[in-house]
Amino acid sequence: MSQSYSADEMMTVAAARMLRNGAVCFVGIGLPSTAANLARLTHAPDAVLIYESGPIGAKPSVLPLSIGDGNLAETADTVVSTPEIFRYWLQGGRIDVGFLGAAQLDRYANINTTVVGSYERPKVRLPGAGGAPEISSSAKEVLIVVKQSKRTFVDKVDFVTSVGYLTGGDSRERAGLPGKGPVAVITDLCILRPDPVTRELMVATLHPGVTRDRIVASTGWPVQFSAECEETEAPRETELAVLRDLKARTAAAHGETGDGA
Amino acid sequence: MAEWMSLADAIREHVHDGDCVAMEGFTHLIPFAAGHEVIRQRRRNLTLVRMTPDLIYDQMIGAGCAARLMFSWGGNPGVGSLHRFRDAVENNWPAPLAIEERSHSDLANAYVAGAANLPFAVLRGYTGSDLPRVNDRIRTIACPFTGEVLAATPSVRPDVTVIHAQKADWKGNVLLWGILGVQKEAVLAARRVVITVEERVPQLHAPQNACILPAWVVNAVCEVPRGATPSYAHGYYERDNVFYRAWDRIARERETFVRWMEQHVLSTSDFAEYLALQQDAAVQAVYR
Repeated sequence: MSQSYSADEMMTVAAARMLRNGAVCFVGIGLPSTAANLARLTHAPDAVLIYESGPIGAKPSVLPLSIGDGNLAETADTVVSTPEIFRYWLQGGRIDVGFLGAAQLDRYANINTTVVGSYERPKVRLPGAGGAPEISSSAKEVLIVVKQSKRTFVDKVDFVTSVGYLTGGDSRERAGLPGKGPVAVITDLCILRPDPVTRELMVATLHPGVTRDRIVASTGWPVQFSAECEETEAPRETELAVLRDLKARTAAAHGETGDGA
Repeated sequence: MAEWMSLADAIREHVHDGDCVAMEGFTHLIPFAAGHEVIRQRRRNLTLVRMTPDLIYDQMIGAGCAARLMFSWGGNPGVGSLHRFRDAVENNWPAPLAIEERSHSDLANAYVAGAANLPFAVLRGYTGSDLPRVNDRIRTIACPFTGEVLAATPSVRPDVTVIHAQKADWKGNVLLWGILGVQKEAVLAARRVVITVEERVPQLHAPQNACILPAWVVNAVCEVPRGATPSYAHGYYERDNVFYRAWDRIARERETFVRWMEQHVLSTSDFAEYLALQQDAAVQAVYR
């Protein structure tokens, strides 16, 4: 079956759909920012996008290349300082949804963005925490958007930078974290959701044309499929048109690439 | 009280070997000209503090200025890795770099605590994270009223903070706007303050509640047009995204980096000369 869209487009569209209209969303740069802006330009015009650099209610016309692009400030309802963003708005409990990416992720949606290998002698030194540890703990809900592969979806993360459900079960609640935790992980292959009891990520929907074998081969733990596992709705024409238009505008504004990563 | 002077004089006078230095600017208004001058004057053994080390610290680390780095996100925004930072952490090149890693929320709070003359910051954070395991300065404190356990981390008190801003008046009162990051806090937390500005104006004409740093909290103010490039200055010029991408190629290998640094920073006398070199198509063709 040939598709008129790419796996990346499916991922972005599926992630965008998760953001409900009116939600106050703390947006990470890259894939989360692309998805959040697609949501804003389609079904969620009243979503409030907050970036850690200070813009509140940003409505960028092109995807930002950095977390502090001028376009975010110019289109925002207000721009506050970075301490204010983290103290009053995130820690203050005003964020409905934290939208994050990940370098490594385990079955309980714990995120590593710090190191591959040991901390003292890293094989790969990754950028580090940024705002994610407090976003993942303080936002009322968390969405994670990340490409799925054995390198990313690992049995055990080398370092827990930002918490998901810790060791599963009620360990997150017992740790006293204010937010509920990750409610969905959206990849280029499927959507995973935590089991209500064990909190292990289970495949909830498969993207069109993706087989269970492919998901098993792209996951570093024996991944389970929920009983009611269905197919993700394919991207609609309008979703694709808006996404492609946004990417084309971004490419024109930033030079050669339009990934907005 | 602020004194107008050349950037070279300001760095000579206020940034010393072994200092704890914060050069802040959250993607916007990153004080690149000042970073270059620190490299040019071959400062050594600095403790560098910045939420996002960005290209400015990648350059300073690669040039051998830093012994320690306190940071919360060390990538090239929108592009990928900071190769000089990684080479220092992974391979000790050009020198070992001790790192103290925190989260954005923590460092932002730690600057606030520093500005408020408090010894530590308190925040709801790090629960379940491995960061406190590798940084013993991230500790906990029990709320004396409720018993709730909160994260406590030492405040940031730089010997010197350097920022770039849009304008200053003849007295040295400084105005900045747009994305403000942690600059105001970083300035008020520091013992000494150096600020470069786009332009010197007779009057600021700022609205009430604007972000103004009064001349009497600033030690040196220097007029350096385009002093934040390749980052941007709202109202003056945009971010040079092409350079941020080109840096990935320049900094990836030691040889290319050393050649670039020698040619663009160590062999130029000031930032104006560096900017002229950036406009030289023949020179830049090698790197882009």
